[in-house]
Amino acid sequence: MKKKMIFSEFFRNNGVVMGSLLMGLVGFWLIFLVILPQLSMLDYSFRFNLPPAEQGGPKDVYTLSNYQHLLYGSDKTHSTYNTVDLMVFVRTIIAAMLVTVFNILLCYPLAYFLGQSKGSGFVRLLVVLLIIPYWINEILRAFALRIIFGDSGLLNETLMFLHLTKEPIDFIRQDVALYAGLGYAYILLMLFPMYNVIESLDRNQIEAARDMGASWPRIHMRIVIPHAKPGIVSGATMVFMLSAGALAAPQILGGPSSLWFTQLVYQWFNDSLNWQQGAAYAIVLLVSTIIIVLTVMKIFKVNMGDIGK
Amino acid sequence: MSSTALIRIALGAYLIIFFSYLLGPLVVMSMTAFNSSAFPSVSPWACFTFEWFEVLWNDKHIRDGIYYSVIIGLGTVALAVSMGLAASIVLTQVWPKFRSTYYTLIIAPILIPGVVLGISTLVFWDRAGKFLGAPDGSFLDGLFHNGIFLTILGQSSFIASYAMLVFVARLQRFDPGLTEAALDLGATHTQAFRKILLPFMRPAIASAAVLAFLASFENYNTTTFTIVDYKTLTTVLAQKVRLGINPSISSLAFIIITITVFAALAFEAYRRNQDRKAAIKQGKMREKKGGFLPSFMKGNPAAFVLVAVSCAVIVMVGTAQRYSPEQCKIQVRESKEAEIKLRIKELEQRRLIREQSEARQGPDIFGTPAVEEDSGSNSSGAFGGVFAPNNLSDDTEEPEASGGSGAFGGVFAPTNLDNGD
Repeated sequence: MKKKMIFSEFFRNNGVVMGSLLMGLVGFWLIFLVILPQLSMLDYSFRFNLPPAEQGGPKDVYTLSNYQHLLYGSDKTHSTYNTVDLMVFVRTIIAAMLVTVFNILLCYPLAYFLGQSKGSGFVRLLVVLLIIPYWINEILRAFALRIIFGDSGLLNETLMFLHLTKEPIDFIRQDVALYAGLGYAYILLMLFPMYNVIESLDRNQIEAARDMGASWPRIHMRIVIPHAKPGIVSGATMVFMLSAGALAAPQILGGPSSLWFTQLVYQWFNDSLNWQQGAAYAIVLLVSTIIIVLTVMKIFKVNMGDIGK
Repeated sequence: MSSTALIRIALGAYLIIFFSYLLGPLVVMSMTAFNSSAFPSVSPWACFTFEWFEVLWNDKHIRDGIYYSVIIGLGTVALAVSMGLAASIVLTQVWPKFRSTYYTLIIAPILIPGVVLGISTLVFWDRAGKFLGAPDGSFLDGLFHNGIFLTILGQSSFIASYAMLVFVARLQRFDPGLTEAALDLGATHTQAFRKILLPFMRPAIASAAVLAFLASFENYNTTTFTIVDYKTLTTVLAQKVRLGINPSISSLAFIIITITVFAALAFEAYRRNQDRKAAIKQGKMREKKGGFLPSFMKGNPAAFVLVAVSCAVIVMVGTAQRYSPEQCKIQVRESKEAEIKLRIKELEQRRLIREQSEARQGPDIFGTPAVEEDSGSNSSGAFGGVFAPNNLSDDTEEPEASGGSGAFGGVFAPTNLDNGD
């Protein structure tokens, strides 16, 4: 009954034509592009991978086998764990967290510097310089790092020229290139939210704290960081979600032996053509990253409304 | 005082590190586009060349990819911008208690990994086709498995959230009183929307459209699942980079970087010009007459750099028409061949010494490396990375260097080495 009231008010405010247009667009987006696809993927992940003839037949029942595969592998007795896939999963999550922390540390000083020194031409130049790499293709950025980290890449050549190392270092196999690439890919998504909140901080607060004799670390701990918290958490959320869900950087910069969890999903879909199994892995990735993000937001007392500002 | 100086130095060093991490890879990549070496690299610099641009231009896959990327980009802009605008308008009117839930719903697609969005779109429309009972080969079945259709939907699902954020920022400054006034004066809701809200939102719509197009153009994670049997620029690039890299990709990157720099400069120049005009209007600044710079470049370094960059590009395109690196390439090949000869001589000498000191060994132990080097000498570039940079020093004066690689091949044959005994 109440819902009807809301809708009628909505249509009174917007007119029938505009109201139904708005409702239709939002409804199409949320229902057909977001909610139903996610639900159907969830449903899919609980089904067997059957040939088309048997779909909808007596064998087409719900099962947990796709999730069990992640835990136990193809072992039917469930006595051994699927260490390969589980290790990939754990590594992906931990590496994504490390990339996030690294980005926070790298961006905070610059965000503070840009946010607090307003208006000068130099700062404006820096902001323009920041925007340029933001619009270069993700693949091309990974490719650029591959040129640098390759066996006969610039970095190895430089190190050998300086006689710091005799043999080229295999940065790709050591995953150095991958972590550098992930940090590189999403660093600006960390910087801009931080910059926006720090810019809104009243400089007088810092001056006052300084006049009272507070040291710089203390000013940052007690004034700047608490104020910047929504921006930091918002940036961290985006960087974490995007690096955990990254596909291009691991494909291009990852070593041949080490996989990223999204690459497993990709393999189930495109190489093994087992969509159900791939959907189950994707659900695991989605649910676990969301749980981690919500936990962090709860710990730091940040609302969903702060994301994306 | 010294502590302030220290802070300044630390800040400068930090800025240099940060910006070289951010821009250095792009600069290096752009440089590799002009090196004739077949593996993208800068350190063994072979020849300055434009040939990779030609290779890029003749690459049919990349041209197809750009074509489909543009189509998908335009579709995504139309869908995502209208959905984002609708969502932001609804956000201003939604029942307060429901507001935060609604906001979570419309912001969530940004946070869902792109891989998941791609998969869910693919799975959902596949099942929608089955649910509607569309037979194989019918129009609906074809549509629901069409890569372009699926990619537009998959990308729009999260790009609409980005567009929505742009609109929310602008709507906060909108005065709803204006719409009410229009309605009181007898306008219909549609008229009020078209004449009042839409003109107010126009700048935001423009920037959301640019944002949406760029986000769609560079998207990979979602597209790689939904594209099925079509290809976009990013999926073509990803495939190329994974299978084997060559500098024509760098030349594409160079073009994209140039366009981006151009756009950024043009935007900055435009903004500064607007600022300056506003300042003159308010009487804060007096317009200076005279001087040899045209008026739009005065006090506007961005415009100045913009003009400089355009001149540089024109000069570069001009030289590319005439410049030929053939001479240099021959030199590089000759110097490499001379280098190889030197190495072979060295090997022979070493072997002679060893053979003199030790008992006789099988003559073909050196065969393998010699043959490998032979095959490398035919393509000058592939070799680049194998040798340390100092190997490329000026050995071109060697008298034997004039020998072509064909005549040369015989020198490397294992039997020839035997003659050296």
